[in-house]
Amino acid sequence: MNWEVVIGLEIHAQLSTQSKLFSGAARSFGAEPNTNTTLVDLGMPGALPVFNKEALRMAVMFGHAVNAEIGMTSVFARKNYFYPDLPKGYQTSQMDHPIVGKGHLDITLEDGTVKRVGITRAHLEEDAGKSLHEDFHGMTGIDLNRSSTPLLEIVSEPDMRSAKEAVAYVKMIHSIITYLGISDGNMAEGNMRCDINISLRPKGQTEYGTRTEIKNVNSFRFIERAIYTEIERQADILEDGGKIVQETRLYDPDKDETRSMRSKEDANDYRYFPCPDLLPIELTQEYVDQIASNLPELPTQKAERFMSEYKLSEYDAGVLSASRAMADYFEEVAKVAGNAKLAANWVMGELSKYLNTEGKDITESPVSATALGELLVRIEDNTINGKTAKSVFQAMWEGEGSADQIIDAKGLKQVTDTGAIESMIQGVLDANPDQVEQFRASDEDKQKKMIGFFMGQVMKASQGKANPGVVTPILNKLLKG
Amino acid sequence: MIDQSIASLAKKLRDKEISSVELTQDYLARIKQYDGQLNSYITITEEIALAQAEAADKQLAQGAASPLTGLPIAHKDLFCTDGILTTCASKMLHNFVPPYESTVTGRMLASGTVTLGKTNMDEFAMGSSNEKSYYGAVKNPWNLDKVPGGSSGGSAAAVAAGLCVAATGTDTGGSIRQPASFCGITGLKPTYGRVSRFGMIAYASSLDQAGPMARSAEDCAHILQSIAGFDANDSTSAEVDTEDYTANLDAPLTGLTIGLPKEYFGDGLNNDVASAIQEAVKEFEKLGATVKDISLPNLNLSIPSYYVIAPSEASSNLSRFDGVRYGYRCEEPKDLMDMYKRSRGEAFGKEVQKRIMVGTYALSEGYYDAYYLKAQRIRRLIKEDFVKAFEEVDVIMGPVAPTTAFGIGAKTDDPIAMYLEDIYTLSVNLAGIPAMSVPAGFADGMPVGLQIMGNYFSEAKLLNVAHKFQQATDWHTKNPSLVEGA
Repeated sequence: MNWEVVIGLEIHAQLSTQSKLFSGAARSFGAEPNTNTTLVDLGMPGALPVFNKEALRMAVMFGHAVNAEIGMTSVFARKNYFYPDLPKGYQTSQMDHPIVGKGHLDITLEDGTVKRVGITRAHLEEDAGKSLHEDFHGMTGIDLNRSSTPLLEIVSEPDMRSAKEAVAYVKMIHSIITYLGISDGNMAEGNMRCDINISLRPKGQTEYGTRTEIKNVNSFRFIERAIYTEIERQADILEDGGKIVQETRLYDPDKDETRSMRSKEDANDYRYFPCPDLLPIELTQEYVDQIASNLPELPTQKAERFMSEYKLSEYDAGVLSASRAMADYFEEVAKVAGNAKLAANWVMGELSKYLNTEGKDITESPVSATALGELLVRIEDNTINGKTAKSVFQAMWEGEGSADQIIDAKGLKQVTDTGAIESMIQGVLDANPDQVEQFRASDEDKQKKMIGFFMGQVMKASQGKANPGVVTPILNKLLKG
Repeated sequence: MIDQSIASLAKKLRDKEISSVELTQDYLARIKQYDGQLNSYITITEEIALAQAEAADKQLAQGAASPLTGLPIAHKDLFCTDGILTTCASKMLHNFVPPYESTVTGRMLASGTVTLGKTNMDEFAMGSSNEKSYYGAVKNPWNLDKVPGGSSGGSAAAVAAGLCVAATGTDTGGSIRQPASFCGITGLKPTYGRVSRFGMIAYASSLDQAGPMARSAEDCAHILQSIAGFDANDSTSAEVDTEDYTANLDAPLTGLTIGLPKEYFGDGLNNDVASAIQEAVKEFEKLGATVKDISLPNLNLSIPSYYVIAPSEASSNLSRFDGVRYGYRCEEPKDLMDMYKRSRGEAFGKEVQKRIMVGTYALSEGYYDAYYLKAQRIRRLIKEDFVKAFEEVDVIMGPVAPTTAFGIGAKTDDPIAMYLEDIYTLSVNLAGIPAMSVPAGFADGMPVGLQIMGNYFSEAKLLNVAHKFQQATDWHTKNPSLVEGA
């Protein structure tokens, strides 16, 4: 059977506020257990939540970025369930009246087509603490540092039809929240987590199949693999005439499999009701508009500007605007180098190659954008050629200094003196009489192929320092005799 | 000494007729003498009280005293007090010592009061008789076979018996007014949001409100002055300026319009209680007020509405008592579920368990609309009834409770009869308006309380109305024979 996969995603993004959603404790990662806590985060009797307005502003920014309706009145609700790291016995979240309503965003697929994905809603909620099972001799330790840190839960429509689309969507959300500066989006630290709802249906069928939910997947790669694995599992069951059980599953990256966590029958009745400790949030149009007018440039807008301002291709503009850090880096290189196309080629080529090899993020590059720009200036002004530039870049990467320092120290300055180059070429021709004779006997097509050989020999003789722009006409002239 | 008002005690302290330490020692001695019979205190903080009294005496000597400096008072045992056991009268919190101070007790401390101890109450403030305490029932000082009312029964009994100058209470469905009525003292439930709930262990967050319980309206005014006002730690506290609550106590009542809702004088109201209330209303007419018959048609709906909303919120508020971080944890739990079930099963009393179950049921999927949402709609109707009434009248009067204090054990097997005790008080909490209980006579030897209800944030007016009544009558000055001769 030909199956169509239907995917919807719930993304939890931790907002990068100074303090927590309902308490004044610092929002931080990696502190000693239970040190970043207040009475509120500990669920002390009599403690009351006080809402952090910074989180509100960030949620409204996100709403604008995905073209969503903003909830002018939004209400916090309690989601009741017992868990040891949930200190109050309920999570303060939003149910009937979320801060962000229906919206949408566009994702660009690998073949260049653009697809619109619906956003159902996004709401504010507090995170729980963490249960620690090691080192407690059969007991469980509770760390409430994360308790009450602010999350924005972003719920998509079931609009995605492949793992690739799902990943493109998650990347776009990641890109938007980091562009907005409302989340670090650091998936390894768990401040962006993803629940994947997934079902299969025969191609052409309109109603959805029974779905499963894969909880808490925390990397782009795992999202893709979890989806492939789950598609395969569901397809096997359906093709054997079986039925999918609606349930929550966990993805195990080590075994590359999903396994059942709890079925719908075991699911909690969360008994949502409006939180009586918090008043409804009432927004004014002025507040909402003011946030809209101060929104930073978003990935799609940036890509469009790169195309018009720097004459980049759609593909290059897309790659370079994928993350705010990448875009900022590129723009700085282009500004210093004065040649955007050259900057684009280097950022996407040599720099990315080095970053990938060492598994580094662009923010961790040992070569700053300004330093790379200065290197490209030396290509532009013919001090060095492209090939030499690559070796200079390698030295810069290894911390040997700036482009100019390395060019000077290694004596890599191009030779552009025509007399010196002419005698160097003559030397090459004298050393290769057979090839010269063969060249002169060939037709024009053959000659074009052979010129590369002489060029190589000249560059070798000059230790790469001869300016190819100067060499070519002289070489042509001398070869033709 | 127990007949003295806050104002006169404050004067004696300032005039050095008595020191705060002496006054505190007197009250501690009285507690030792009488509280064995009454059981109004859960914790007596003798050392802390004497240390605070010494500090107060220093302040008095420096002339930097507030009207409350050096006065021995008591707090209901659901206000978190830093370093002092706070039990909510529950086995669940039998060992809970808060690491912080509630706003109410903190403001009282800042006013220089001396804390004698923490008073008994119905467990987690759930009850109308103070029989539902892990620490045992409280007795009514007027008749030890009768209940003091609840849930602030310990505070009411302690004030009535002269075991403190005044006390704090909380009122979710009548828990200040009904025990004040049963014990013959004056109690004020302020407007919802007037007093911060921070540090007050929650029963039903949208209804809970702290207030003073004292020997007169004037004393209540002094306490309210200390505890009222916006608190950034409580998002539901009101950003409405406080007034000078003692400034207009003596303002004349000429031109005051009193509304008498016919629903407060119907079936179920004890005849002797009814006559006492009618006599009190005549007293107000003598003081220049006019009386108008009004209707609050949805009064009967307040009981079902309250007994859905309050347990619903309670079922969630009490989820934090899970044996994980503080309070009671069962012995040798097998696993997590066993720990939850036995810790909560062993440490919550039956009434608390019942309300948690009712609330859990009402919020469940499939029942939420029929119970919780419907109850909220009724709540709006009740509120509208009051809003409409206050367009015509300045205050509304009626009884606090249908009867005087009933016998201990008389209603424990009949929860419906117990819930009906709250018929005249619940709607005030559902609407969020302020109301008082003021001593207005006796029926069969037990005190009767007159309820005075006011518009939002009209505490100053209510205190003025109550004070003028107390200037004209002496019901609030009567003392139970148990403590007479003190």
